[in-house]
Amino acid sequence: MSNIAPSLDPATEPARFDVAPARRSPFSAFLRRARRHGGLLIGASVLLVIVIAALAAPLIAPHDPYAQNLAQRLIPPIWHPKGTWEHILGTDKLGRDYLSRLLYGAQISLLIGLLTVAISGVIGTVLGICAGYFGGRVDAILSYVITTRLALPVVLVALASAALVGGSLEGVIIVLGLLLWDRFAVVTRSATQQIVRTDYVAAAQAIGCSTPRILFMEILPNILNALIVVATLEVAHAILLEAALSFLGLGVQPPLPSWGLMISEGKQYMFFSPWVIGVPATALICLVLAINLVGDGLRDVTAPENRT
Amino acid sequence: MALLEVQDLVIDIPTASGVLHAVSELSFSVDRGETLAIVGESGSGKSLTSLAIMDLLPRVAKRRAARLTFDGTDLLSMREPEMRKLRGSRMAMIFQEPMTSLNPAYTIGNQLMEALRCHEDVSAEKARARAIELLERVGIAGAERRLLQYPHQLSGGLRQRVMIAMALMCKPDLIIADEPTTALDVTIQAQILRLLHDLKKEFGMAMILVTHDLGVVARVADKVAVMYAGAIVERGPARAVFKAPSHPYTRGLLNCIPVPGRTAPGTPLGAIRGQLPNLIGRLEGCAFRDRCDFAAPECAGPMRYVPIDAGHDVRCIRAEARKAVA
Repeated sequence: MSNIAPSLDPATEPARFDVAPARRSPFSAFLRRARRHGGLLIGASVLLVIVIAALAAPLIAPHDPYAQNLAQRLIPPIWHPKGTWEHILGTDKLGRDYLSRLLYGAQISLLIGLLTVAISGVIGTVLGICAGYFGGRVDAILSYVITTRLALPVVLVALASAALVGGSLEGVIIVLGLLLWDRFAVVTRSATQQIVRTDYVAAAQAIGCSTPRILFMEILPNILNALIVVATLEVAHAILLEAALSFLGLGVQPPLPSWGLMISEGKQYMFFSPWVIGVPATALICLVLAINLVGDGLRDVTAPENRT
Repeated sequence: MALLEVQDLVIDIPTASGVLHAVSELSFSVDRGETLAIVGESGSGKSLTSLAIMDLLPRVAKRRAARLTFDGTDLLSMREPEMRKLRGSRMAMIFQEPMTSLNPAYTIGNQLMEALRCHEDVSAEKARARAIELLERVGIAGAERRLLQYPHQLSGGLRQRVMIAMALMCKPDLIIADEPTTALDVTIQAQILRLLHDLKKEFGMAMILVTHDLGVVARVADKVAVMYAGAIVERGPARAVFKAPSHPYTRGLLNCIPVPGRTAPGTPLGAIRGQLPNLIGRLEGCAFRDRCDFAAPECAGPMRYVPIDAGHDVRCIRAEARKAVA
């Protein structure tokens, strides 16, 4: 051993690996799993159609959604014997084209869903990540706040605050945004608690990273997939709540074409012109169902135990 | 003056059934260019000791010391922002589990460059150059391609090399390696140890090697501190401790290792009977006395270090008695 140069010792010579192993990228593996998930595919397709319709509303809407024509009130949709191609989905009590209103209404529903979740997601994530990371007294206080929020009935509080500030698009977004953060906080908190114990968080502390850096650069990217699932479900939740508030007259105010408002405005004509509420209700059901399917599908597809 | 001086370090953890004395009256020092191995079984407080130096103890654990200085500056009175500047830039740490100590969400290059840019205002270009240089230095070929890979694409040995490169990004003066080889295959262990040893010499760093593996110690350590139940029972130059182990615990540990050529096939290896004592409550005397073959009533009395040789001392009353005879 003594006359052999130490670098020739096979046990101590560092191994050199020249070729990086070729592997499927995480994203293409994700796509492969997603393609085999029926619910996710259906949900995503429906959602895609609605999003495109909403974005392209100014281009494809046949009429101005606000233009009234009292001579053409309550024209039934095309499948009805009295329907006309002029108004494919008919008109409402003020003679406004229903298809156009539906398309513009999709914009409002999606806008409310996304903005609400943007606000509540930030609040819930910050609270949850702080509670999970710091633990101890911080966790006790934040958990109390979360529990308090969970004890409040959302619809009641939303109604009361909407009544207080008056119904408007911004009002609905802010009120729902300030209310719907509970699920984000709960999920973030428990996911963070698991990650805090891993060595890479300790390693980040050992190289002298600041606390905000560790929270948002080290921990957050690793809990993001759970948050994406929560976010999709909360979008659906927010859209439904907006419809409920608008139906009760405390949400979006006329003449904005919100789907909930369309149902509300149509309720007195329900017996003789059922499509007046049938059309926006069907749209609402499709949108919420699609978002829920996407959320459930994402959870299945990103869950480690389903990876093959 | 030593780079790191620790005197009478105490770590207490309050529990429901009393205070747990995880580490008691620990003293040691490390010079530049020197490797100190802290050896002990699981639960002897060696990892807590390394965390205490970095001030990264879990919040419940309380640290006290008569003296804790790093390159002449007092660490005990240092506030968190200054401590953070020190961590990573002048003292770095390598963890036990290479599989979990890299963040799965970022590429290797991203994490390496971050370690440098946390502390120094350097361009991304320069940080990248340094990352490539260090990856090559720790024996990773095709470094430029590796920078773009994610941790899950690397093997355990490669990840540990990346961790070492990360610890070296800011040219630290002290590197604390907490069981850097336990999670690796035996062949990779030898490579990593050799690498650590070479790098320490090359960069003139001090190294604290925390391990439970005496074979590891024999290869690379200059000084050894054997820990048992939160206290150092024997310390001294590695050569002296291996040649003349003086504490029954050290001797017990050495008996557990088969020596090629000397341990005949079929002969039973040594074993230390019993298990670690409960460290909750007030501790008196030698913590090892319940497991020691030579225990005497005096072992329950006050303990002190008995010098055996230059820099080699042992915390055992038998050593004192033997010296008196000699």
